[in-house]
Amino acid sequence: MTVHNLYIFDRNGNCLYYNEWNRKKQAGISKEEEYKLMYGMLFSIRSFVSKMSPLDMKEGFLSFQTSKYRLHYYETPSGLKFVMNTDLSVSNARDTLQHIYSNLYVEYIVKNPVCVLGHSLDSELFSSRLDAFIRALPFYSPRAA
Amino acid sequence: MVIFSVYVVNKAGGLIYQYDNYVPRAEAEKTFSYPLDLVLKHHDEKVVVSFGQRDGIRGNKFCCRSPVGHAVLSINGVDVIGKNTAEGKDILEYLKESSNYPVSIRFGRARLSSNEKLMLASMFHSLFAIGSQLSPEVGSSGIEMLETDVFKLHCFQTLTGIKFIVLADPRQSGIDALLRKIYEIYSDFALKNPFYSLEMPIRCELFDQNLKSALEIAEKAGNFGAGS
Repeated sequence: MTVHNLYIFDRNGNCLYYNEWNRKKQAGISKEEEYKLMYGMLFSIRSFVSKMSPLDMKEGFLSFQTSKYRLHYYETPSGLKFVMNTDLSVSNARDTLQHIYSNLYVEYIVKNPVCVLGHSLDSELFSSRLDAFIRALPFYSPRAA
Repeated sequence: MVIFSVYVVNKAGGLIYQYDNYVPRAEAEKTFSYPLDLVLKHHDEKVVVSFGQRDGIRGNKFCCRSPVGHAVLSINGVDVIGKNTAEGKDILEYLKESSNYPVSIRFGRARLSSNEKLMLASMFHSLFAIGSQLSPEVGSSGIEMLETDVFKLHCFQTLTGIKFIVLADPRQSGIDALLRKIYEIYSDFALKNPFYSLEMPIRCELFDQNLKSALEIAEKAGNFGAGS
């Protein structure tokens, strides 16, 4: 039970925020490259899923899992993308990501006139609240991992 | 419970087998008067709904970002050919003329062409690899399961690099056993066929037959159990 890392992307593909908690393996490329790769993968998955789907979708892509981790995805209608990697025991983190959006991002970034939207988030208040929120999650426990 | 389709992708990302088990028909036909209350546009040799959603006709969820709106399938009961009407006239031009109204248009999800299926298969091939590269844990495989609200994609990669992909209802169980069963059918009926050359598209009748019956069993039972 653990949370590996969290990415927040804006609608243009800029990585607004990144933090990691229990990450054992780095991608082997610079962080900038990694954000681009991650966004490109998500963008392709969105297009892949919308073509592949046999029926009309409402939410679209929700999550994927490999043998070692699960990636949870949440996109707001304004195009903001929240991506969280956890281990396989976390089956649904949708409410968590929605909470980060509505109770942390909107409260501490959108309502902060000093934060320029579309640039990386450097609000200390946001970072500390987010960190505290993630660490308080029921499935956050680095020891068990 | 339903299994939508099966894809087999070789280790280079080429699609060597595809079978649509169940294709739901989401279509809507409606008679329109001038002017049209939907916004249509060209996309990929098709005419799709880019804005406006009503009476079962779907537009884009996120305008211009994911063109998933319904496509025009037929006009006044006559099937369209790509972005042209049956007479070879551009659909958008045809619908601009008020003299052609009232007009009855049938909309639905565009069927995937075999070219698009090839493209999607190789797209998944690279997504699979990236999923493993961006892993925060050591020794991760690629994407094994991808979930959306209307379907789940399950992928099983063999040690030799062949990927078996099954698209099914999110609630369908026993897909892991089905994937291994398909691998078994592949080894028995495709690989042992003396006319089959490796990495090439599979055209074996026995493979088809056995795959179909495996899908039927999987749909009925929900799972195979461990031994079979």
